[in-house]
Amino acid sequence: MFTQILFYGYAAILLISAILVVSARNTIHSALFLVLAFFTCAVIWILLRAEFLAIVLVLVYVGAVMVLFLFVVMMLNVNLEPLREGFVRNLPVGILVALIVAAEMFLVLSTKGFKLAEQSELALVDATGYSNTKAIGAVLYTDYLYAFEIAAVVLVLAMVTAIVLTMKKSVNTKRQNPGHQVRVKRKDRIRLIKMDSEPVNRKTGDTKSDDAEKGDVK
Amino acid sequence: MLEILLILLKIVLIVVPLIIAVAYLTFMERKIIGYMQVRIGPNRVGPKGLLQPFADTLKLLLKEVIIPTNANRYLFLIAPILSLAPAIAAWAVIPFGMMEATETSPAKPLALTNIDASLLYILALTSIGVYGVLIAGWASNSKYAFLGAMRSAAQIVSYEIAMGFALVGVLMAAQSINLAEIVNQQSGGIWQWYWLPLLPLFIIYLVSGVAETNRAPFDVAEGESEIVAGFHVEYSGVAFAVFFLAEYANIILISMLTALMFLGGWLSPFESIPVVQDWFTWVPGMAWLLAKTCFIMFCFLWFRATFPRYRYDQIMRLGWKVFIPITIIWILVVGVAIVMKLPPWFDAA
Repeated sequence: MFTQILFYGYAAILLISAILVVSARNTIHSALFLVLAFFTCAVIWILLRAEFLAIVLVLVYVGAVMVLFLFVVMMLNVNLEPLREGFVRNLPVGILVALIVAAEMFLVLSTKGFKLAEQSELALVDATGYSNTKAIGAVLYTDYLYAFEIAAVVLVLAMVTAIVLTMKKSVNTKRQNPGHQVRVKRKDRIRLIKMDSEPVNRKTGDTKSDDAEKGDVK
Repeated sequence: MLEILLILLKIVLIVVPLIIAVAYLTFMERKIIGYMQVRIGPNRVGPKGLLQPFADTLKLLLKEVIIPTNANRYLFLIAPILSLAPAIAAWAVIPFGMMEATETSPAKPLALTNIDASLLYILALTSIGVYGVLIAGWASNSKYAFLGAMRSAAQIVSYEIAMGFALVGVLMAAQSINLAEIVNQQSGGIWQWYWLPLLPLFIIYLVSGVAETNRAPFDVAEGESEIVAGFHVEYSGVAFAVFFLAEYANIILISMLTALMFLGGWLSPFESIPVVQDWFTWVPGMAWLLAKTCFIMFCFLWFRATFPRYRYDQIMRLGWKVFIPITIIWILVVGVAIVMKLPPWFDAA
């Protein structure tokens, strides 16, 4: 009972924040609502006893991806108004896509794996020391090893590509060579020269500068 | 009902000492750095200045919270809470010791909750803390605050990676991501603690911890000479106090995690030394854990009094080009050592 109240509460927060992501006027507010949506989603997953997935969702999406997202949004100061034009014109397409997604979700959720009976069985296993984390690891490194490795390779490829694209050698980029900086000796940077003290006017015995400047010289 | 009350009691038993520890960490910081710089430090309020933190807190509580013009009101007020909440919530899974096995129950760790993935939980929660900083800087409607937030967030995100990889080494060595299990795997004397087989990771974790909490010498986020006080420059009164609390709670958290993962947690340092180990059997495990935590916290203050501030590009270079490659190489080394069952650390598993 208590769990159900919690679930409906969090589900409401999730839906409202998801709607606000697309309807908020300020881009930063949208990004922050997306963060809230991810976080609430993680909480719901914990209610479903998928604690490993929930923690990883927070770690990857909330802790890393959305931070970088916010960074970019804050730096760019995007103006949303031009993006909102043509809302009515694109509405039929939008509704069509929404219907397809809804139908797909209905098809997936009505399969056997999502039946309630399955869940109570899961809770039963839990009481006898079932570990979600261990179960995922065991499946990931045996049955789905190739899919896992291929995903890893694709991600590394994306990472290397991103770095290569931004590392263009340009005339304007200035680089520092730390090895060179460390090897610098004092004589490369500073030259000490011997100078006589200020020249004296032989006739009057005064230094060259005017009286008014004398105070500043010191 | 009784169960919920018991949990609430446990939370109070963790949070209240934590807040008192934060208060006295600020006091110790001023005292220790004072002595290192041949000054006396605060000594006016109460005997030997011991009531100074309470005077400071009272002063901050009585001050007005000023909201800058054109600041985003709600985000401005939410930001301090967002930085404090993860700093305190992470303590839910920290084990403080081991309860002896009784007739009715097996030995279990002394913690609020003992979840399987406690190390991952802490990693996830500490990675949320950066939102407080980012939102505070943006909502203040101030260039200084925004620059400070950008610097600090970039730094936190970069060092988190090195920190995460250091933790990967630890969980590989312990074959577990449960903190209590990690400590138990280190039993068998000071040479069995993970600071020795994982020495590079230990050093990287400690230094990244300093960078992660934006402490000197990595405190460019609040470089006084450049951007006043960084992301919290517009905050006053209680809102500022909350940021302060979050920063110091994070320092204590990182210190305790270092003690748990690399310095054997609540295990006695004299374990398996023939005669000496019997002299110290009366010391409770929690005392060892607190002593180790205090030592790491002292190191944080020591660093601050010793090193000049890093240049920003050097901080980024250290994080990305030095720490991350070293951690990756050492993870490989640990993996090979585990497969080879290298004694005396990896032969048990």
